[in-house]
Amino acid sequence: MANPMPARAAEQSGTATSDAIVEVRDICKRYGDIEALRGINLEFERGKLTTLLGPSGCGKTTLLKIIAGLVPATSGQIRINGKVVTGPGPERAFVFQDFALMPWATVLRNVSFGLELKGVPQAERHRIAKHYISEVGLSGFEEKYPHELSGGMRQRVGIARAFSVNADVLLLDEPFSAVDEQNRRKFQEDLLQLVEKERKTFLFVTHSIEEAVYVSDRIVLLSPRPGRVSQIIEPNIDRSAAPDVIRRDKGYLDVVEEIWQGLRQYAE
Amino acid sequence: MKLFGFKVPMMTSLLFWALVWEVVGRMDVIFLIPPMSAIVSAGFELVATNSWQNASLVTLRSFVVGMALAIGVGVPLGIAMGRFKIVDNIFGLWVNMFVSAPLSALVPVLMILFGLGETTVVVTVFLFAVWIIVLDARAGVMQVPPSLIEMGRCYGASSITIFSKIILLSALPEILAGIRIGLIRGVKGVVIGQILVSIIGYGELFELYSRSFDMERFWALTIILFAAAMLLSAAVELFEKRIEYYAGAR
Ligand SMILES: Nc1ncnc2c1ncn2[C@@H]1O[C@H](COP(=O)(O)OP(=O)(O)OP(=O)(O)O)[C@@H](O)[C@H]1O
Ligand SMILES: [Mg+2]
Repeated sequence: MANPMPARAAEQSGTATSDAIVEVRDICKRYGDIEALRGINLEFERGKLTTLLGPSGCGKTTLLKIIAGLVPATSGQIRINGKVVTGPGPERAFVFQDFALMPWATVLRNVSFGLELKGVPQAERHRIAKHYISEVGLSGFEEKYPHELSGGMRQRVGIARAFSVNADVLLLDEPFSAVDEQNRRKFQEDLLQLVEKERKTFLFVTHSIEEAVYVSDRIVLLSPRPGRVSQIIEPNIDRSAAPDVIRRDKGYLDVVEEIWQGLRQYAE
Repeated sequence: MKLFGFKVPMMTSLLFWALVWEVVGRMDVIFLIPPMSAIVSAGFELVATNSWQNASLVTLRSFVVGMALAIGVGVPLGIAMGRFKIVDNIFGLWVNMFVSAPLSALVPVLMILFGLGETTVVVTVFLFAVWIIVLDARAGVMQVPPSLIEMGRCYGASSITIFSKIILLSALPEILAGIRIGLIRGVKGVVIGQILVSIIGYGELFELYSRSFDMERFWALTIILFAAAMLLSAAVELFEKRIEYYAGAR
């Protein structure tokens, strides 16, 4: 069931293969003396969920923000749909680790904020926002303020906001890190349903190996600073099975173990 | 407040001290403390006089003009300091020095600069109030979560939109807190300014009452001022509470 593949990062540059929506070309990033990323080459296929996994401080957030156009790269290129981009754009939406919700605005206003910035008329943007609020399971909370919600619910607001702007690529930086374990599993299952339903490209950062294997089509392992691509794994999990079955599946557990072996060398 | 297990409303302590004052006043120990009842009745007479009404008008005018200047200058300056390193470097030292400086000592200098009139009082109000407004506005802008600004950029907001829709609203609780403290300091400023200039507004009245040992009116005026300052503070606090649903939740 699992069919891990070794990384061939070097080969992937040059000719654009298949249907890559996001292309990362020779990205390097320095923060003063700190070299955060070195020579990253990656492609992200349309409609797939790719996870960035690696030890703390290896540059996962940095890479995601460079792709989002929020942080400038020191060198290298990001291409979206074949076009080089240097800043944020409507084809990408970011989900923040700390939710980045406006505390003075209701759930409805927060979710529709991306559309508000685009100049979508109020009635229209509220209609769209309400649709995604119910999609993430927050119906009835439209008029609540962020501080009235739990951490998990707040992140659902952040996800609904990202969906509302109808971006092709969703960038999620440890979206579930502030969510407790029971809710986390529910979240992962909900996320998979959304991936299935919305047919978008997801780039996902997490610290949890189990979470990565459970939700990903592809897992990119990064080495410690300076971050480089050390391995790419495709779990090939059969997601038609029930969540509990998947989590006990031999193939699933094997991939988890393999990643753990791959990352173990970096843990002291 | 609780006393011997009984719930006592806050006003009780105020009434208690008024009573103590009354008793001490009746005992006639020092002429400085007339009975509270005499002060209160003097207060009612006072507010009916022309001189008090004129003085109040002058005082209010100096206060309002001084405060408007302090807010108009303080909030933008504080925001600029919070946003731009250069502005912060240029003004930071001065603001921090003035916010805790004994400004009353400056008033005589102001009298030389601006004359013995309303201008000096207005400038005094401004100087008393402006620094804390600057510092709080600066702090408010600096505590805006970076991810909130990144969120704005990510969803295509221009710098101006980020400023007006995110930074300003995020800093609003601190800005208002600064204005509230500024208002209280401004009351101090208007009184100290007028007393030192001593020929206008309440300063003139205070001067008059203390010179003629009219302690009833002196205390009545003082109490009116205290009450006005407290009411002002309470009013702003009420306004702050209304937006606290998010300030308190951060
Ligand atoms: N603004 C910055 N200025 C200086 N150094 C930074 C900055 N942002 C990140 N770094 C450094 O770059 C490196 C990579 O940071 P990054 O946040 O991308 O790591 P990460 O993989 O997301 O870590 P974590 O798993 O802890 O979230 C870290 O060593 C960090 O200290
Ligand atoms: Mg990170």
